[in-house]
Amino acid sequence: MGASNYLLSLLLLLPLLGAVVIALAPRANVGLQKTLGMAFSLATFALSLLLVTGFEPVAEMQFVERYDWIPAYGISFHLGIDGLSLWLVILTTFLTPVALLGSWSSIEQRVKEFNVFMLLLEVGMLGVFFALDLFVFYIFWEAMLIPMYFLIGIWGHGRRIYAAVKFFLYTMAGSVLMLVAFLVLYKETGAVGFGLAELLKRPVDPGLQFWLFLAFALAFAIKVPMFPFHTWLPDAHVEAPTAGSVILAGVLLKMGGYGFLRLAMPLFPQAALEMAPWIALLAVIGIVYGALVSLVQPDMKKLVAYSSVSHLGFVMLGVAAFSTTSVTGAVYQMLNHGISTGALFLMVGMLYDRRHTRDIAEFGGLKTVMPWFAALFLMVGLSSIAVPGFNGFVGEFLILVGSWRAFPGMVIAASLGVILAAAYVLWMIQRVLYGEVTNPKNEKLPDLSPRELAVLLPLVFLAVYMGIFSPQFTRTIEPSVAALVRDVRSAGAPAHNAAALPAAADAR
Amino acid sequence: MPEGIPTGALEDGLLMQASFWVLVFPLVGFVVLALFGDAMKREGKADWGGYIASAMALLSFSSAAFVVSRLWKLMPVGDQGLRFAQPYLGFEWIDVADFRVPLSLLVDPLSAVMMLVVTGIGSLIHVYSTGYMHEDEDRVRFFSYMNLFLFFMLVLVLGGSLPLMFVGWEGVGLCSYLLIGFWYKKQSASDAGKKAFVVNRIGDAGLILGMIMAFTWFGTLDLVEIAENASSKPAEAWLVFGPLTLVALALFVGACGKSAQLPLHVWLPDAMEGPTPVSALIHAATMVTAGVYMVCRLAPLYAQSETAMAVVAGLGCATALVAATIAFVQTDIKKVLAYSTVSQLGYMFLAAGVGAFGVAIFHLVTHAFFKALLFLGSGSVIHAMHHEQDMRKMGGLRKHIPWTHWTFLIGTAAIAGVPLLSGFFSKDAILAAAHHHHHTVLFALGLVTALMTAFYMSRLYFLTFWGNFRGGHELEHHLHESPWSMVGVLVILAVGAIFGGYVDIPGIVAPVFRLPIEAAAHGLLVPVLATTAGLLGIAGAWYAYVKQPDLPAKVSASARGLQRALEEKWGFDLAFDWFTDKVVVGGSAGLLWKRVDAGLIDGAVNGAGTVVDAVSRAARGFQTGLVRGYALVILGGAVLVLSYLLWI
Repeated sequence: MGASNYLLSLLLLLPLLGAVVIALAPRANVGLQKTLGMAFSLATFALSLLLVTGFEPVAEMQFVERYDWIPAYGISFHLGIDGLSLWLVILTTFLTPVALLGSWSSIEQRVKEFNVFMLLLEVGMLGVFFALDLFVFYIFWEAMLIPMYFLIGIWGHGRRIYAAVKFFLYTMAGSVLMLVAFLVLYKETGAVGFGLAELLKRPVDPGLQFWLFLAFALAFAIKVPMFPFHTWLPDAHVEAPTAGSVILAGVLLKMGGYGFLRLAMPLFPQAALEMAPWIALLAVIGIVYGALVSLVQPDMKKLVAYSSVSHLGFVMLGVAAFSTTSVTGAVYQMLNHGISTGALFLMVGMLYDRRHTRDIAEFGGLKTVMPWFAALFLMVGLSSIAVPGFNGFVGEFLILVGSWRAFPGMVIAASLGVILAAAYVLWMIQRVLYGEVTNPKNEKLPDLSPRELAVLLPLVFLAVYMGIFSPQFTRTIEPSVAALVRDVRSAGAPAHNAAALPAAADAR
Repeated sequence: MPEGIPTGALEDGLLMQASFWVLVFPLVGFVVLALFGDAMKREGKADWGGYIASAMALLSFSSAAFVVSRLWKLMPVGDQGLRFAQPYLGFEWIDVADFRVPLSLLVDPLSAVMMLVVTGIGSLIHVYSTGYMHEDEDRVRFFSYMNLFLFFMLVLVLGGSLPLMFVGWEGVGLCSYLLIGFWYKKQSASDAGKKAFVVNRIGDAGLILGMIMAFTWFGTLDLVEIAENASSKPAEAWLVFGPLTLVALALFVGACGKSAQLPLHVWLPDAMEGPTPVSALIHAATMVTAGVYMVCRLAPLYAQSETAMAVVAGLGCATALVAATIAFVQTDIKKVLAYSTVSQLGYMFLAAGVGAFGVAIFHLVTHAFFKALLFLGSGSVIHAMHHEQDMRKMGGLRKHIPWTHWTFLIGTAAIAGVPLLSGFFSKDAILAAAHHHHHTVLFALGLVTALMTAFYMSRLYFLTFWGNFRGGHELEHHLHESPWSMVGVLVILAVGAIFGGYVDIPGIVAPVFRLPIEAAAHGLLVPVLATTAGLLGIAGAWYAYVKQPDLPAKVSASARGLQRALEEKWGFDLAFDWFTDKVVVGGSAGLLWKRVDAGLIDGAVNGAGTVVDAVSRAARGFQTGLVRGYALVILGGAVLVLSYLLWI
C-alpha cells in the first residue's frame, strides 16, 4: 500500500502547501505566482489519478484514513472515498488547473491572492468529498465558502459585492440550519460522535427525521440550487470571474446533490423516501422553469446560469427517484454538467476577454472570424443539449429511464426540458455565431490562441469520450450507488408501510 | 411470429466485419475533412474534399454490397424464414444495473435494403455535389458534413437497439441542422436549421419516452428482442391503451418529427434553405424516411395495437392529402418538391398503418430514386438558372437543358404513377392494400391524393420546361446544361426510377415483420383506377398550364379564400410561430423571468434582507450609548416585573 495509505491527506496538503508557497513568493514576480499555482494544481491532479488506478469497483470506502481529533466529542479526522465521490474528486482536481489556465491572462490584479484562493478553494472542495465525519464535513463545507466569497468579491464584475454577499448569506442560511441539525443528531444518537458510519448504525426517531431531513435538504437545495432557492446563482455567475464561474458551476453546485446522497438520504431514510415526491416535483419545475428563463436571457452568462438550474433539476430528479439507475445517472450527470458547463463558461469568458461584454446582441457572425471557436462552441453546446454521442445524453437518459417507475408523470414533464435545451442553446449559438458580422468591433477578433485551445480541447475530448465509453466511469460509481439504494430502501421502508411507498419494491 | 417460420442469428465473421466497414469509411472521411479542411482550403486543394468524400461514400457502398451479397449467400435457398446477424463491437455503450446497451448492429433483409439505398443514393449525390458545389469556397466543410451524415444514417438503419438507432436518429438531425444552415450568413438559412432541430426534438422527446416505456415493460431495447416480445403479447384492441399501444404511440411522435407528419411537418419545407443536394439526400431520399423505417422495423409491435395502426394510417393519409393541397400553389420549384415529399411520406405511413409494411418500404425505395432524381434535376435547373428557384421566371427549358429535361420527365412520370414506371407499382400496392383491408375512406383519399400528386407535379414540369422562357433575355443567353458529374447521376437515377419497381422489395423484407404473409391482392380495379387518376392529373395540368395558360389565374381569382388558405399553408406555420414567439418566448420573458424570478422569488429573498435590515436599524435605536437612557429602561423594566409579580 505505502503512499496510498496517506493519499487523501496528501491531496489536501499539496494544494495547501501550494497556497502557502505562493503566499510567500515575491509579490513583484507575477509570472512565478502563476506558474506555481499551475504547477501545484497540476501536481494535485496527477496525484489524484492514483485514486483512479487504485480504486476497486466495490461499494466499500477506500483510501480510508482516520486520526483522532477531538476525542472528547468523538470527533475524528476521518477520510475516505467511494464510487459517489471518486469522480467528483477527479473533476475537482481536473477543473482547478483548467480554470487557472483559462484565466491566465484575464486576471491582472492581485494575482498572488487569486492563486492562493483558488488552491484553498480546492482544499475545501476536496475535503467535503473526502469527509466521513460530519464535523469535518461541516468545517470543509464552510471553508469552501470563504475563498469563493473573495473570488467573486475581489475579481468579479460590476455588482460583485452584492453578488458575493448574496451568495454568502444565502448559503450560510442553509448551512446554519444544517449545523443545528448536526448537533441535534449528535445528541439524539447518544452523543457517540460525528462519525458517519457510527451515526448510520443508530436510526433516528421517524418524527424527528422529518425535521432533521428538512434542515439538511434546505442547505443542500440552496447549494444545488433547486427551484425556488436558485436566485443567488445567476447573480453569482454573472459577477464572478471566469475561473470562479467554472469552479462554481463545475464543482460547487455538485455539493448539494452529493450532500443529499452522502448524508441526508442515508441518515434519514424514512423522511427522505417520504419527501422524495416533493423533491422530484421541485426538480422538474426547475428543469422546465430554468430552461424557459434561460431561453430569454440577453446575457450569455445568465443564460448558462439558468441552464444549470435546468440541468441540475435532472440530477435532482434522479436523486429523488432513488433507483440504482437513476442515481448512477445523477452522479454521472453531475460530472457531465461540470465539463460542459465549465467549458461554456470558459468560452463565454474568452469572448468577454476580447470584447468586454457578454451581451448576445453585441455578437453575430463570429463563425466567419473565429472558425475554431465556432466549432468548439457548437460541440460544447451539443454536449449541453445532450445529443447522443456526447456525455450529457448518457446521464440524462439514465436518469429518465431510472426515474420512470417512481415518477412517470414527472419524467414526461422533464422531457420538455429536452426540447427546450435545444431551443436555448441553438438560439444562442445562432445569434452569436451565424449571420453576417454586423458589429464592426467583431470584424477583427482573433481566433482561439494555443493557450485557449489547450484549455478547451481536454474538455471537449472528455465530453465525447464520456459520451461513448460511459461504462468506464459508471462501473466504479454503480456498486456504491447500489449499496446506498439498498440500505436506504430497507431502512426507510419498515414492513408496515412498505406497500405505501410507490417505488420501494423496485431497487433497480 | 407465425408458426413454422424458422429464425436464427447468423454467426459469420466476414459479414460482421464488413458491416463495420460500411460505417467506418464515412466516419474516417468526416474526421479527415474536419481536421484537414482548413489546410486543403489554404493550399487551393478544396476540390479534394469532394473527391475524398465521394470515395468514402463509394467504399461504404461497396462494403454494403458485399455485406448484402454475403447475407443472401448465407440464406438457404427457398428459406422463407428470417436470418439476421448481430455484429458486436465488443463493448457496451451504457451499462448500469439492468440497463445495458451493447454496441451491436442488426443486419437483416430490412437493414440490407436500407443500407443499399442510403449508400447507393448517398454515393450518387456525393458525386453530383462535386459538380454542384464546385464554386462554393466552403465546399470542404460541406463534404465533411455529408460524410458525417452518411455515417449517422447508417448507424440509424444498422443500429441493433433503439438507443443506438437513436444515436443515428439525432446524429442525422444534427447533420441536417448543419447542412440546412450551411450558408450560415443567411438569416433564413440559420433560422430554418434551428427550426428543423427544435421541431425534431419535440419528436425525439416522444421517442425517448417511448424507449423508456419499452424498457420498463419489455425489459429490453434490443430490436430483435422487442420484436419477439411484442409478437408474443396479446394484441390490444381499438382504444385499449395497454403497454404496446402506449409505446407504439410515443415512438410514433418521434416518427412524426423526423418524417415530417402533421403537425410536425413545418420544418421540412423551410429546410429547402440548404443546398439542393442536401434536399435530395437528407430531405427526400434518406433521413426523412427514418420514421417509416422505424415503424416498419417495429412492425410486430405496431401490428399488435389496433389504435396505433389506426393513428399511423389516419395521420399518414391526412398528411398526404394536406401537403398535396399546399403543393398546388407553391411557386418555388423546391418547395413544391418539399410538400410533395411530405405527402409521399404520408403515403408510406398509410401503407404501414393498414398493415402493408413491406409495401411501405417498397414505396420508400422507389420514392428515394424518383424524388432524389427530381431534386437533383431541380438542382440542375437552378444551376442553369443561376440560383433562381421561382418557376414563374422559368419556362421552355426543355430546349436548353435537354438531359435535365428528359430525366426530369421520367421522374415526374414515375411519381405521377404512369404505368410500368417504379412509382406506379409501389403506389398501386399501397392503394391495393388499403382496398384489400377494406379501409374504404383511406383508399378513396389515397386515390384523390394520387390525382393531386399527378396534377401538381405536372404543373411543375410544364411551368418549368414548356411554354416560353420568362426569365429575361440576359438569363436566357446564359442557360447551360450541367457538367457530366451532375447529368450522369441524373441518368443513373432515371434508370432506377424506371426499373426500381421490378424488384420484389415487399417479398424480400417480409420475414422481418414476423407477420403472416398474405398473397398480394390481384385484380384490375385498383390499377385501373390509380392509372386513371394519374393520367387525369397529368391531363388536367397540361390543359391548365399549356393549353389554357390563363386558366389558373381565373380559378384562383374566383376562389380567393381557398387560394389564401393554401398560400398560408393552412395556418400551421402561423400557429407554430405564434406559439413559439408569443407563448414560449413572450411568456418566459414577461411572466417567468421578470415577474416570477426577479419579482416574486428574488423579491422575497431581498425582502427578507430588507426586513432584517429594517429590524436592525430599529434595534440600533436602542443602542444610544447614553447610560442614563439605559438606566431608565432598566428601571422601567424592574418596575414592570415587580408590579407583575406583586399583582399576582
